[in-house]
Amino acid sequence: MSPEAIGEGVGASLRRKEDARFLLGRGRYVGDIRAAGMLEVAFLRSPVAHARLLGVQKAEGAESRVFTAADLAGVGTIRAPSALPGFRVSEQPVLATGKLRHVGEPIAACLAPSRAAAEDLAAACILDYEALPVVADMLTARAPGAPLVHEHWPDNAFLETFRDEDLSELDSIAAAKVTRRLRTARQCMVPMEGRGVLAEWDPRLEQLIVTTSTQQPHVIRTGLSEVLGLDEGQIRVVAPDVGGGFGYKGILSPEEVVCCHLAMRLGRPVRWIEDRLEHLSANANCREHHYTVTAWADAGGRLLGVDVDATVDSGAYSLYPFSACLESAQVGSIFPGPYTLPRFRCRTVSACTNKPPILPYRGVARTGVCYALETTLDALARQLGITPAAIRLANLVPPEAMPYRNLVGKVFDSGDYPQALRRALAAIDHDRIAARRAAGECIGFGLAVFCEQGAHGTSVYHGWGIPFVPGYEQATARFTPDGVLEIRTGLQSHGQGMETTFAQVAHEVLGLPTARVRVVHGDTALTPYSTGTWGSRAAVMGGGAVAEACRLLGERALAIGASLLQAEPGAVELSGGAVRRRDGGAAVTLEEIARTWYRRPQNLPRGVDTGGLEVTGGYRPDPDTGTHSYACHAVTLRIDTETGEVVLEDYLIVEDGGVLLNPMIVDGQVLGGLAQGIGTALYEEMPFDEAGQPLAGTLADYLIPGTAELPEVRIDHMETPSPWTRFGQKGLGESGAIGPPAAIVNAINDALAPFGAEVLDLPASPARVLAALEAARAR
Amino acid sequence: MKPAPFAYARPADWPAALALLGSGARPVAGGQSIGPMLNLRMAQPGLVADLRHLPEFGGIAVQGGTCRIGAGTTHAAIEDGAVPGRLGAILAGVARRIAYRPVRNRGTIGGSLAHADPAADWVAVLPAFPGHAVALGPAGERRIPLAGFVTGIFETALRPEEVLRAIELPLLPPETRWGHWKFCRKPGEFSKATACLLAIPGQAPRAVLAALDGPPLPIPDATALLAAPEAEADRLLATLPGLEPWRAALARTALRRAAGMAAAGMPTA
Repeated sequence: MSPEAIGEGVGASLRRKEDARFLLGRGRYVGDIRAAGMLEVAFLRSPVAHARLLGVQKAEGAESRVFTAADLAGVGTIRAPSALPGFRVSEQPVLATGKLRHVGEPIAACLAPSRAAAEDLAAACILDYEALPVVADMLTARAPGAPLVHEHWPDNAFLETFRDEDLSELDSIAAAKVTRRLRTARQCMVPMEGRGVLAEWDPRLEQLIVTTSTQQPHVIRTGLSEVLGLDEGQIRVVAPDVGGGFGYKGILSPEEVVCCHLAMRLGRPVRWIEDRLEHLSANANCREHHYTVTAWADAGGRLLGVDVDATVDSGAYSLYPFSACLESAQVGSIFPGPYTLPRFRCRTVSACTNKPPILPYRGVARTGVCYALETTLDALARQLGITPAAIRLANLVPPEAMPYRNLVGKVFDSGDYPQALRRALAAIDHDRIAARRAAGECIGFGLAVFCEQGAHGTSVYHGWGIPFVPGYEQATARFTPDGVLEIRTGLQSHGQGMETTFAQVAHEVLGLPTARVRVVHGDTALTPYSTGTWGSRAAVMGGGAVAEACRLLGERALAIGASLLQAEPGAVELSGGAVRRRDGGAAVTLEEIARTWYRRPQNLPRGVDTGGLEVTGGYRPDPDTGTHSYACHAVTLRIDTETGEVVLEDYLIVEDGGVLLNPMIVDGQVLGGLAQGIGTALYEEMPFDEAGQPLAGTLADYLIPGTAELPEVRIDHMETPSPWTRFGQKGLGESGAIGPPAAIVNAINDALAPFGAEVLDLPASPARVLAALEAARAR
Repeated sequence: MKPAPFAYARPADWPAALALLGSGARPVAGGQSIGPMLNLRMAQPGLVADLRHLPEFGGIAVQGGTCRIGAGTTHAAIEDGAVPGRLGAILAGVARRIAYRPVRNRGTIGGSLAHADPAADWVAVLPAFPGHAVALGPAGERRIPLAGFVTGIFETALRPEEVLRAIELPLLPPETRWGHWKFCRKPGEFSKATACLLAIPGQAPRAVLAALDGPPLPIPDATALLAAPEAEADRLLATLPGLEPWRAALARTALRRAAGMAAAGMPTA
């Protein structure tokens, strides 16, 4: 369709409505908000990974401004259970009691008028503790005699899952068999804005007002109510502008609970702003996986079976609300990838260690799974002497099989996976790669194909049994008396551009200009309940809910409009922001209809719907097992074999996210995710020593790619509609972060193949590339 | 990440600055290294002396064949060509690869050299130059050969009562050959290996290997390195046991590539 035909509706690359405030510095984050009489908090944090806490000597002369666990009467622990069989739930104290379980665990809250003075107080406190042996590595966490992170547990595991199948006969019938041991690094998510919370107690309303940097205001309200013992009506959670989430802000944090309690107790506003040191060294990490993968294939590359043993380092606690098991249990359900895998055995462990707990980061387990499966496929292809493309084409789910149910019960809704791969191959100059290689350059080409389940709902999550289960997503649509459309959503937009895309959806349904649509989000007092923005769900769930609310509102407006036009409801229609006679006669605008309802009620018809021009609509796709967007990433790179440096030269993404609500915003999502995926592939790593100490404290040590490190990227969209969603859209917010480690390491190993070298662990840093070359030389 | 309390002084002239240093003040120039250290509370001085407002703190003066670069001259000024001729072109090539422009706008050549971080750019290249660091103390100025100025990790030949006043370098003939190579994966990252080689016509070539685990290693006569980079790099690395293997590989590469660039007569870089 031409841009004119699309207009402002679904499919238009409309410029973002929110950009003016962000580009002009008018965004407002927790750190920009000050309340009269506000106190700032600095946390005294554990300097060691494992110890018995014997006591805290408060800063002399300032004892009344330092609070430890003993001072927090009535505050509970944070519990994030799961109903998965065998799951062990941890009790996460908001301030440490009895034991210290990771470096950075909060021990005391120190309050002062400025953060600097609060840090002075923290520095003046004296800790008394007895160091304990440390569980620093997930693979030895369950060794006999290992110290226990939670002493009443039999071993250091939150959860173990099995999917058993006897694969013993495959050795005798397979043409090729490979086994790989692969590791992904522990990462930090590094949103531009860290966490932050400002808690205020309103004595008039007897209400706690919590302004916090979150992706899930309603879930945080529930969590705070449980830990603080307040009813939910006594809590209002407001998320102002939020500077990036990526999963890091899908959590009820101990710091939020402590600030809320102290604000109530002291009757003064209390604020904590996470700084970069806290982010890197004290708070939740992500991504640390270890895989042992064995795969068998026939001579044509057809997969016969895969055996996976996966361990996830979940850290010390199960975080609220996603729990410590989401990541590892997801490994078991998504490892077959976009392929028609016939046999599959999988064992997973969520190991408990003396490290900060992990949170699901953009891509969640998919990034690690894609890395493990796709690099193993390339190893199989090398052994069989076939191309990476050939082995994938032999196994990808074909389009005629859609919707396809795989052997673990995942249902892929639609798409042409092989075509995505073929389009990527066709866009690459393979002759040039071959010529440069022949000229002696160390050049590699790599592929990764994957799918991303998004917007999975009740039927998937009730089985996890974590603190919330997403149900029907709701949105409220209402006209103001002058005919502006307000959309209220319990989702939270922190970079997704929902203030624009939901206005486009409203335009699609009601026809009024997007300039006349305001999207209200991020406030439990103003919006319907939602589990929030996570799991690539907002475009599907929010898009559907906004469309439904607008449809219902349109019906109400239509009835009033018909009456004003003195026509039967069947003789009018809603189009272009007005109710019109179908015979091409008179029309009445939505503005006029709104004015009639609010300010000229004498003109309303008898029997009008007394709900007026405000309506809440709910939506859930049927089935709600999730959409599957998919993509093929293809990369060409060169390696400096003297330094181990990898230089990305060409990066191509063929992506199918179904119908795109706003292609420009989708490109932004894909590019942002890609940058993070490149970070996982080549740069990002939070190393820990044997004592459980994190070794990178600044962004000079913890490297994240900047604009100069990113290649030129080409994005090619396929748009196969999902048959299950309102507009055919699919969730793809995480996609960009899933494929890069697999595609890049496959390209590295392609380049290193002439040397007989292979990289197995992430990130593929210069040190690891050099070590792989050295190991090959030594063989 | 907020600094511990400290007092702040802004000396108006050099005697006042020296008096402050004599009383234990920590000097600050552009603040690009000390700033983060204060915020991380890795440095907790009681008194900070801000040198930026001293007369002639920055600026370039040429007299005879010598270029005197005020310690407070910013990396950006050098990048933008404040130093004349062939010397200026070489220094500009170094300056433009220091971190990001906002850092270069504030960071100073003297501050960086006096801070003596082993991975810092000026620390890594200035020992190759037949010039001097000019130290100002109560008894006046004293000249310290650049090759011996940085003595350890964060350690220099400055005495506690002295401040780095300027850097004096000889102007260079146009035929001077220069090679400089450093390994860092993104701007702002600490270099993992830096080497440079300076060949002034009529003099023995001089080189430096830096960003090691200790102070920079000046190579006062780099004739062999220029003539046979591979063998000489291997020989030099053999004198540095204890470097991690990949760091040693990078250091060897740095030496070979810097020498190769100088041999090829690369004009600046």
